[in-house]
Amino acid sequence: MLRSLQIEPEKCTGCLQCEMACSYEAEGVFNPSKSRIKIFTFHEEGRFVPYTCTQCSEAWCMHACPVEAIVINKATGAKEVIDDICVGCKVCTIACPFGTVNYNQDTGTVYKCDLCGGDPECAKACPTQAITYVDSDHGGLERMRAHAAKNLPQDSAQT
Amino acid sequence: MSWTRNVLRVNLSNGSITHEPLNMQWANDYLGQRGLATKYLVEEIDPKCDALSPENKMIMTTGPLTGTMASTAGRYSVVTKSPLTGAIACSNSGGYFGNEMKNAGWDMIILEGKSPTPVYLYIENDKAELIPADDLWGKSAWETDELIHSKHQDPMLRIAVVGRAAEKGCLFSAIVNDLHRAAGRSGVGTVMASKNVKAVVLRGTKGVGGISDPAKFFKATEDGKKVLAENAVTGEGLPALGTQVLMNVINEVGALPTHNHREVQFDGASKISGEAMLEVRASDGKANLTTNGACFGCTIACQRISTVDKNHFTVKDKPQYQGNSGGLEFENAWSLGTDCGVDDLDAVTFANFLCNEDAVDPISLGATIAAAMELFEEGAITVKETGGMELKFGSAEALVWATEVTVKGEGFGLDLGMGSKRLCEKYGRPEFSMTVKGQEFPAYDPRGIQGIGLAYATSNRGACHLRGYTVASEILGIPEKTDPLVTEGKAALVKAFQDATAVVDSAGICVFTTFAWTLEDIAPQIDAACEGDWSAERCLEVGERIWNMEREFNLAAGLTAMDDTLPKRLLKDIAAKTGPAKGRVNDLGQMLPEYYQLRGWTPEGVPTDETRMRLGL
Repeated sequence: MLRSLQIEPEKCTGCLQCEMACSYEAEGVFNPSKSRIKIFTFHEEGRFVPYTCTQCSEAWCMHACPVEAIVINKATGAKEVIDDICVGCKVCTIACPFGTVNYNQDTGTVYKCDLCGGDPECAKACPTQAITYVDSDHGGLERMRAHAAKNLPQDSAQT
Repeated sequence: MSWTRNVLRVNLSNGSITHEPLNMQWANDYLGQRGLATKYLVEEIDPKCDALSPENKMIMTTGPLTGTMASTAGRYSVVTKSPLTGAIACSNSGGYFGNEMKNAGWDMIILEGKSPTPVYLYIENDKAELIPADDLWGKSAWETDELIHSKHQDPMLRIAVVGRAAEKGCLFSAIVNDLHRAAGRSGVGTVMASKNVKAVVLRGTKGVGGISDPAKFFKATEDGKKVLAENAVTGEGLPALGTQVLMNVINEVGALPTHNHREVQFDGASKISGEAMLEVRASDGKANLTTNGACFGCTIACQRISTVDKNHFTVKDKPQYQGNSGGLEFENAWSLGTDCGVDDLDAVTFANFLCNEDAVDPISLGATIAAAMELFEEGAITVKETGGMELKFGSAEALVWATEVTVKGEGFGLDLGMGSKRLCEKYGRPEFSMTVKGQEFPAYDPRGIQGIGLAYATSNRGACHLRGYTVASEILGIPEKTDPLVTEGKAALVKAFQDATAVVDSAGICVFTTFAWTLEDIAPQIDAACEGDWSAERCLEVGERIWNMEREFNLAAGLTAMDDTLPKRLLKDIAAKTGPAKGRVNDLGQMLPEYYQLRGWTPEGVPTDETRMRLGL
């Protein structure tokens, strides 16, 4: 079963534990500036929104890469960057409509979320379950359940 | 190691910027942040210097856990000599600035001297430069933040900044980072402005590493997070209601100072409480509180993010104040609300926004306005001074007006900006000033909570709840319940809280963790991150060493045991009129001698040679 990162912004507090966990897994240091997942603060609106790669099926980044440095991990569905092949041309960063693949000036290659090989650290680190790792086919399950619960009689409604 | 071991020294007088290694001997003795930066300050300045002269220095400092995955580990402190108290100042802030400083590679940034013209300090990892800030001088903290972001075209900059109040000499100016987190107390922002520094701007991309034992560290920090999540205060109360969970509680126990401490209970408390912030407004269908939020790394998330009702008189024609911003914490709701007798939640929220916008300590501001209101009601201040404003208790208009003129440094606001002690002296009624060592009280009345009176009287930075929060024990029963109306045992309680807090403030984590954590939870996290053995016992000894070092700085600055006292109003003149403490004053005299003795100080409050030797001072 493929799983996907599920993000529920209304639960996010902006603590950045996910950014630390992500960068520690990828870089061996706590370094939010190198995190594959980013938390955006919308001050006026009073909202925090996590954002990262959604692992498109027909991934723009993968198709755009001229040297085939971005490949599918069949076990996880993640589109992974092969550092040794990447030439740092940045075409993928232009092709990605969501901005979730980025260039790293220290290494001269690009980097993106690889789902940590199937055990994403961001989801484990999130203290409020704003980021979870769920069945790809049923990402809407909890939302459906919440709407379904509205049909219950008032006094027994549980959401 | 989890220190970066690097110190950035900026001489503002001649513009030189140098790098130097951290003194690791001192790091072993004082841990980091509050303790370690105070050690640097003590070694480098004359305690008798004028706090606003170039001789004073200002240190921004992180702890060894800052920037790591330990919960709440995003803190930094500002250490300097306070212009408000003449004593040591150490103000702690959250947000994302401390983490960024650590990521840029710095344990400490030392600002010394005075720039001939306004500047801001721009730091990008190893690179640091002073950039002219003439165009930013005269701008609010919020405007400055926006202008610097847009000038550098970099939304990821983290900025700590002073507002207009600091430029005009307001003695309780703060340093605000990330728009609404503040190194709030004792006028650290005033010192920064006196050096002609408008902002410190950070961009750090190096990462925080060097964890001594990663496996142990992740285990210890995971365990810690679990304790926080399962605790009723840190896992439920603080995320839901913030520190405002306390407004109704403290009112009920009769320890909520009201009308400049003339009363200990406030009829309007529930209207400005954490619960009130959740109530849906009739006008726009929204509650005051939009959501809670977290500082960097924090798994508690007690921040309030709020709006003012768009139809309220304070923001009606001002769209720039109609969005979300940092909402009310208990201390601010108390000082701007309760102490001034104002129960208008929107007015108090708006006044708090203004304090953030221009980086002013809302505790000192509210308490000073409350003193001014009493001066006005007693006729010592008249409409002549206020330009026609009726500065009366309970008036939301007066509160907002007084806040506006103070944060902008205009007219009577310059008088208010001196703080309650100097204001009351100027207008001939010094007994109206509710301060210790010149710093205004926070939100707990020493008549209803006896131990906190001793904590205020002996706090090294003047009246403060964050130097020994015995309220935890006396009201909330953490770690165990003591009777708030009893003085017996409070000397030992105060000492224990003071020493433990000094360690927490030196580690890079938030003191709110101690609602759930003891040093037995904290020491393993420090131990795993740092080299050497950091047991709870060693941590406590470091805390005691820090406390005594701060004390010695104050003594050398000219303070004496005479300054370890409370205003007469609380000791003698006005007993609690209502509530469980009715008829009580604070019995400081029953606690202070024992406290000196437990500390190993002489009856004059001076550390004995034996104590100094024991602590290696």
